[in-house]
Amino acid sequence: MQLDQELLWLVGGIVGLLALSSTITFFLKRRAGGVSKVVANLDARVKAWWIMVAVFGIALATGGLGSVILFGFMSFFALREFITLTPTRAGDHRTLFWAFFIITPLQYYLVAMEWYGLFSILIPVYAFIFVPTRSALAGDSEHFLERTAKIQWALMICVYCVSHVPALLTLRIPGYEGQNAKLLLFFVLVVQISDVLQYVWGKLFGKRAIVPTISPNKTVEGSGVACSPPRPSAPPCGGPPLSRGGRRRCCRSCSR
Amino acid sequence: MTKDFVAWLIRIVCGVRFLPVEALPPAPIILFANHSSHLDFVTIWAALPPAIRARTRPVAGRDYWEKSTGRRRIACGFFNAVLIERQHVTVATNPLEPMVAALEAGDSLIVFPEGTRSADGTVHPFKPGLYHLARARPGITLVPVYLQNLSRILPKGESLPVPLLGSLSVGTPIQLAPDEAKPAFLERARAAVQQLAL
Repeated sequence: MQLDQELLWLVGGIVGLLALSSTITFFLKRRAGGVSKVVANLDARVKAWWIMVAVFGIALATGGLGSVILFGFMSFFALREFITLTPTRAGDHRTLFWAFFIITPLQYYLVAMEWYGLFSILIPVYAFIFVPTRSALAGDSEHFLERTAKIQWALMICVYCVSHVPALLTLRIPGYEGQNAKLLLFFVLVVQISDVLQYVWGKLFGKRAIVPTISPNKTVEGSGVACSPPRPSAPPCGGPPLSRGGRRRCCRSCSR
Repeated sequence: MTKDFVAWLIRIVCGVRFLPVEALPPAPIILFANHSSHLDFVTIWAALPPAIRARTRPVAGRDYWEKSTGRRRIACGFFNAVLIERQHVTVATNPLEPMVAALEAGDSLIVFPEGTRSADGTVHPFKPGLYHLARARPGITLVPVYLQNLSRILPKGESLPVPLLGSLSVGTPIQLAPDEAKPAFLERARAAVQQLAL
């Protein structure tokens, strides 16, 4: 990883923003006297963001490997949640064991060794064939297609998709060598800022909940704001010099 | 020390949390739960606060846990289990006696009144042992416990766990009423566990 001006601005901005949030929270807490539920929630969130930034900072500082390991664990825990909420049967037990302990580590191992040709198809091709095969060998035909689809897409979402975040570090962009950490940082920042703004604007001005049965705190007002700010600041258009096609594609996605 | 580490490891693998001390009435008590996996008693054991865990003994079938020295060492040495006879019950091997003796000594018990692991996830009718135990120690508090998802983490017949999130719920304690009939009490106890499944 290369410490350049842009990266310093990015990191400095994140730490500055968090420091400001901590200060505001500190004064709000003193004023509320520890009774306000909203302030307690805000305090917990700010602390969680500090931890997130610290973990992420350490992972980035160790270079590619640290990030791959971090996201590998994220995938593992995401898969754990996903499968817990998805009904499977006893016949899927061995398949699930493979999904957790062989396919997930293998996917991240391939990302770490930068074998793009294989990690981009390991799950949608090989794991998709392997999962129904292993489940069929267990001899339980009840709800077979349904069970297969559940495990396949759990792997697709929790492992395949998430593994492409650290894979950003392995992208070879001409003229942008050694700076890929910024892409990763930017990606995580956009996601987090959207969450922060949604929360803040929702709390301040939110009136109409979008889907109260699912998330009572997500409001039309909050989401409108959360979706808009990343646009003007989206750097990939002005940042890494992409090929013409890449730039066009990228700008289209920014202005959507 | 080792026991605390093993308990921590089990809580991590099964995704269950520590039970707060306030969740349980004062010892000795009988914790009774649904049975679907080998992880059941270790999970309850691991979720108990350390001080209570030290004075709580799981009740297990002698026929299974005495099959090899390894199993015996785990059951008796590590978990301090009360092993009872399931198959050839005679006056000399009355399964009730070691359990009552443990309660008299001030220890709590973990029992699985279904008698064996249920494969389909439902709570099967209880064996009469729980009733006899409650009658032998009048006034004893029985605490229903419902374990969820453990049969998915380690199903019957498998030896490798899949790390899903399990959960453990503790219900309102019950006691045997002075003139309560056996079937009524057993059904009430079963319902207390089943109710926690919702």
